[in-house]
Amino acid sequence: MTILFILVPVALGIVLISVIGFVWATRQGQFDDLETPALRMLRDEAVRAAPAAPKAPADSP
Amino acid sequence: MATSIAEAIDTTVDCVHCGLPVLPGDLRPEADQQFCCSGCRTAWELINAAGLSAYYAADDRRRVPVRPSGRRYDEFDHPTFTRLYVRDAGGGIQETELYLQGVHCASCVWLVEQVPLLVEGAVRAELNVPRSLARIQWDPAHTSLGAIARSLEALGYPSQPFRGGRADHRRRVEDRAMLVRIGIAGAIAINVMTVALALYAGWFGSMEPAYVRYFRWISLGLTVPAIGWPGRGFFTSAWAALRARRLHMDVPIALALGAGFIRGAVNTVTDSGPIYFDGVVTLIFLLLVGRFLQQRAQRAAADSAELLHGLTPSTAHLVVGESIEEVPAESLVPDALVLVRAGDRFPTDGIVLDGCSGVDMALLTGESAPVSVRPGSPVYAGTTNTSAAVRVRVTEAGETTRLGRILQELEAAMSRRAPVVHTTDRLAGWFVAAVLVLSAATYLIWLQIDPTVAVDHAIALLIVTCPCALALATPLTMTVAIGRAAKAGMLIRGGDALEVLARPATMLLDKTGTLTEGRLRLTDWHGDDALRGAVLALEQHSNHPLGSAFARAWPASNAAEVSEVRQTVGGGITGRVAGQDVVVGSPAFVLARAFDPHRLADSLPAHLTPVLVATGGVVRGAAGFGDPIRPDSAAALAALRRGGWRIGILSGDAPGVVAAAAAALGVSGADAKGGAAPETKLAEVERHLAAGPVVMVGDGVNDALAIGRASVGIGVRGGAEACLAAADVFLARPGLTPLVDLIEGADRTLRVIRRNIAVSIGYNLIGAALAISGTINPLIAAIMMPVSSLTVTLLAWRSQTFRTPA
Repeated sequence: MTILFILVPVALGIVLISVIGFVWATRQGQFDDLETPALRMLRDEAVRAAPAAPKAPADSP
Repeated sequence: MATSIAEAIDTTVDCVHCGLPVLPGDLRPEADQQFCCSGCRTAWELINAAGLSAYYAADDRRRVPVRPSGRRYDEFDHPTFTRLYVRDAGGGIQETELYLQGVHCASCVWLVEQVPLLVEGAVRAELNVPRSLARIQWDPAHTSLGAIARSLEALGYPSQPFRGGRADHRRRVEDRAMLVRIGIAGAIAINVMTVALALYAGWFGSMEPAYVRYFRWISLGLTVPAIGWPGRGFFTSAWAALRARRLHMDVPIALALGAGFIRGAVNTVTDSGPIYFDGVVTLIFLLLVGRFLQQRAQRAAADSAELLHGLTPSTAHLVVGESIEEVPAESLVPDALVLVRAGDRFPTDGIVLDGCSGVDMALLTGESAPVSVRPGSPVYAGTTNTSAAVRVRVTEAGETTRLGRILQELEAAMSRRAPVVHTTDRLAGWFVAAVLVLSAATYLIWLQIDPTVAVDHAIALLIVTCPCALALATPLTMTVAIGRAAKAGMLIRGGDALEVLARPATMLLDKTGTLTEGRLRLTDWHGDDALRGAVLALEQHSNHPLGSAFARAWPASNAAEVSEVRQTVGGGITGRVAGQDVVVGSPAFVLARAFDPHRLADSLPAHLTPVLVATGGVVRGAAGFGDPIRPDSAAALAALRRGGWRIGILSGDAPGVVAAAAAALGVSGADAKGGAAPETKLAEVERHLAAGPVVMVGDGVNDALAIGRASVGIGVRGGAEACLAAADVFLARPGLTPLVDLIEGADRTLRVIRRNIAVSIGYNLIGAALAISGTINPLIAAIMMPVSSLTVTLLAWRSQTFRTPA
């Protein structure tokens, strides 16, 4: 059971790494908008298909 | 008259783009596609030309009419605008953020993010739906921001610069800090729980003392950062409350956390008695989660407050000698001369120097009929000049304008709003304190009876009464209810509103646009129907809103040839139709030009806006325009009154008109107040607040102050987006029936919450009794604990709070 004296600190070290990862992701703004990326994903195929389409004049009001 | 309008709508086809009925006047028999307006036609052509016609197959696309304002967005390319709002994104690419109005759903993301396909030189468009904020990147060598903004408007999204960059940054930092605290508290809680499980298991398996000590020290080591970082907020806010000599809900929480932690730490060091660390960290984590759920919803309010800044134009036309310069509105000072063209909004408060025009004051008064102005008349920032260019001498600019003062007061009013103390928050702290006292008592009592099991029983009590279920009961039920309500067309910000709405109180409603449809309609017509063609012919040349009201009322009539049209602002319109002189206008205007032998001028009820029609010098027709009451208003108010609500009307309209509407709706004259300016509405709400909670329902900017100050503000469909900024609840379905659904839903939600609290407290009482009597040991307690959280979660999900209308 003495292995616990090593394993528990190792486990806590892994926790520390994942917490640091979470803090990094949060500060990067990855959790700022949880809605739009989900919606964007739904429509992505149409975006890929469209670039070949002709462009409309930019100035038509 | 109403039937003929209904018939006309029945027989028309729907606009291909927006789905609204096309009025017969706009029908083009030769075309394959029919449009209700040229904006829809343009949008449709743009979308098809770019190969994006799949948009029309999306069944959840926007059903809101696209009304192009004809804005050129030239100010977006002004050097001052660039300096204020545009950033350099590197590589010669510029970047800015625009607020888009009318962003609702998935198809909006798709449509807005196609802008780079529509405008050559636009590099990237990224939309944030909940915040209606689009980040635009473009190459200034190929296009301009103005062109992009015009394209966005053609797609149906009028835009405005995002002015709250700094406040937004601060807020985002706060939000992220909260999320980080939750993440850390969660990670620590899980690990302390795991360690605690090992310890509890160790009570039976006779764990070696060295390991027990080791695990206890690890728990202590993990709890220190949890108290010091995520948990610190509870201590600082409790300390602040104590210094202000108020009892805040954070006080007992801080007490419980502090007592648990110190006792646990002492026990760890002395190696005796229970450690309370698992309870302490779990409580921190769950309380933070509950608060985050609530805060996230309330954030939306701060977002849309940004819209208020878009009410005044960002640039103005400054008169310098003989020439006119376009300058940013921020640079205007009193006594400057500005030119305001027809269709533009006034950038400042001022006095008209020359020119006569009509001003749409709906922003300040809620009244949609234009007020005529002439030299010497005051005009206000944010109102719209409807008919002719005027020159204005600036009297107040920026924050000292009437609108600026209203917005400042709105901010102050919203901050004065008393916070709603949640039932659970009130309970949770005392609950925890009681558990601590009980566990100490259990320990002491069992110490007398049987010292070997005293610690066991105290720990079992702590575990089985873990307040997870209690801490989750309110936020979880609220979140589920708010989600259900959103599906039913009621957008609710934060659970506070539901707590207030569940108890009958005073409800004040705006009239125009809330109880009524909010636009003028021809309700009375006395005279020959043969006159219709002549009136319509003349009104085609008018830009007065009554002109279009005629066209809506008589869609089927054929317009005749017309010549020599002359329009008088604030009076009426004259011209020759089929060789005959025709005059249409206000009674004063028409009676000055024609004879009224049948006294038609007196035939209309006083609360209607009268228009007379004369041909050949004789008055032959009288039309009365009114704002009809919505068909469901009376039934909705009756239902609310049955529920115990006290109903009042608060309107900016003339007192006579308000009294007529109040009588029709069964509201007593004493509770109906007319002629109320935004400031009066605020005072009225404050007066009622002295007697209890007040719910304010409205649709205009003129209601925004009152909505912001009321205990709960409700915005109705069709309202100005600026008014919605102040509202806690937005009803997306038209009419007042959703209001009744909202109140009933709030009542059901609160009942579910009370049931959940009762379940979790009842569960804990039984568990506590079992633990105190020594019937259960820590392991059984650890198995029993999650069951209560699970029960509450299931009850919250299964609850019938808001029903989606069939």
